[in-house]
Amino acid sequence: MSYLEVRGVNKRFGGLQALDDVNLSVEAGTIHAIIGPNGAGKSTLLNCFVGKLIPDTGTVTFDGQSLLGLKPHEINQTGVSRVFQTPEIFSDLSVLENVMIPCLAKRDGAFKLNAITAMSGQTDIREKAEQMLLDVSMQDKMHMAASSLSRGDKRRLEMAMCLSQDPKLLLLDEPTAGMARADTNNTIDLLKEIQEKRKITKVVIEHDMHVVFSLAQKISVLAQGHVIVEDKPENIKGHPKVKEAYLGGAH
Amino acid sequence: MFGNLQKNDRLLMIFFIIMVLAGPIILAPFGAGYPDLLQRFAIFGIFAIGFNILFGLTGYLSFGHAAFLGVGSYSAVWMFKLLTMNVVPALLLSVAVAGVFALLIGYVSLRRSGIYFSILTLAFAQMSYNLAYSVLTPITNGETGLQLNLNDPRILDAADTSGSIPSTNFFGLAMNSTAKFDVLGMTLQFNVGFYFCALILIGAFYLALRIFRSPFGMMLRAIKTNQNRLNYTGLNTRPYTLAAFVISGMYAGLAGGLMAITDPLAGAERMQWTASGEVVLMTILGGAGTMMGPVLGAGFIKYFENIFSKINDNVLHAWFSLLPDGLENLLVGILHFFVGKGWHLTLGIVFMLVVIFLPGGLVDGATRIMKRIMNRGKSDSASAKSAAE
Repeated sequence: MSYLEVRGVNKRFGGLQALDDVNLSVEAGTIHAIIGPNGAGKSTLLNCFVGKLIPDTGTVTFDGQSLLGLKPHEINQTGVSRVFQTPEIFSDLSVLENVMIPCLAKRDGAFKLNAITAMSGQTDIREKAEQMLLDVSMQDKMHMAASSLSRGDKRRLEMAMCLSQDPKLLLLDEPTAGMARADTNNTIDLLKEIQEKRKITKVVIEHDMHVVFSLAQKISVLAQGHVIVEDKPENIKGHPKVKEAYLGGAH
Repeated sequence: MFGNLQKNDRLLMIFFIIMVLAGPIILAPFGAGYPDLLQRFAIFGIFAIGFNILFGLTGYLSFGHAAFLGVGSYSAVWMFKLLTMNVVPALLLSVAVAGVFALLIGYVSLRRSGIYFSILTLAFAQMSYNLAYSVLTPITNGETGLQLNLNDPRILDAADTSGSIPSTNFFGLAMNSTAKFDVLGMTLQFNVGFYFCALILIGAFYLALRIFRSPFGMMLRAIKTNQNRLNYTGLNTRPYTLAAFVISGMYAGLAGGLMAITDPLAGAERMQWTASGEVVLMTILGGAGTMMGPVLGAGFIKYFENIFSKINDNVLHAWFSLLPDGLENLLVGILHFFVGKGWHLTLGIVFMLVVIFLPGGLVDGATRIMKRIMNRGKSDSASAKSAAE
């Protein structure tokens, strides 16, 4: 059975049919990519997974549980983490603190008023965060302010923050957007490394073909709000419908 | 005693305790060593520390904190009127009532952030002010202010036969009793009321320090930086901000209660928006988000308000009496606008300079100076070393 199941999702913004009867099934332990030209509805679809948007019709279930109507923090607590297009980190805090916060969220839940216990006494959280930073080889930047990191490192940090929660599903929204080739390759290597170490189910939204074909086990192509093809990467490359969607055929 | 603090914080705490307890001695040479002003330093210090928990950590700028101050004062005076002149029940009620008020106002206001949050809190505070001034006269005594009366019930206190309104006390220890000593031509005044406020200030500072260093405090700082990320990290930001709002409201209530203790009357003007603005100025001037900043800012502004505003032309003439007459008159003529009633002008200029050149407040300035001195010390020893080699 598939892990993330999207059935008949529609979303309309005024006169624009942003998502048109989208069906998607993501298998556990795989990397599933969603690609498509600009304005195809990729981000809208992702926002339907994380509680930012509620589809007009259709269902989104994750591990047998419906995600519709849940708030972003509730969805995260079910085991879904998200990486943003531009890295969303706590830039005023140190790198270590950035990773400690998701660890605390994982341990203590959505709210806990522990205002009197000292942060310096949370050794388990600290060790876990340090281990996580070691895993993404950022241990030497632990005490730097997150705002002073390079763009690539910010992405790496955000990834570490998500992974520190041991998510069941990781959503990546254009993880290499606006990156130089070298940074892109680094990110691909990091994602591959993560996939080898921990088999986390991932949904990647991307329009960089290079990234998609070197990572994904399965690809869904979205065009004008509709899934036109869903198949393995090798079958997608030469697919006539995909070519048409990207190069603009009968518009 | 402070076993669970890091070493630096323990030093900070000890430094703070010494400074506060020695306040009457340290401030006497500056003409600020009298109980009334010292109490005000401590009370507004508590107010600003509490405000800083909300503003400094979460970045939510409340423009209505004076409402909680006023509510605290009214509660305390009512306690003095009905129950007893002992300060403990009065303070407990002040904090509790302010907490309930903060919960209600915070619950509504925190649905918005940024400028909309500020406006909502301002609106609530103005509402409280106007209600206290007019409709709620039976509770607040309107524009006269709530005062003690000889025939108030005070059901726990023994019948008073002296014919004058009894003093507020801590289990018999009168708040207005003062010990005076003449040292080196200065009068040192050690006042019970001040030391009571000072001990509470120390407690409030310690609690704030614990909050700053706790996981809760870290979450509040995270809210200031990136609420979006925090939501997607599985944390519900609303209860965090509400808790911070209530805690800082209770600090304000405590300060209001203490104001009533040192001077047992409460008026609606305590809730006015200028009073809310004052605590914002104190926090920013001293350094928002720092531990010492708010206390320093509160002291600075209260010093200006009470001491600087008393410098008049005669004092200025006395200062410059050694200069030739023309120059003396010119200097006095210029400075005339900046002292006495013009103290707001000076404060405004200082505030502008701080905001522009020291965004971290007075504390930021102090640390910069410290660093410069330290660096000079280092380079001196380095050059000494190279010379020795």
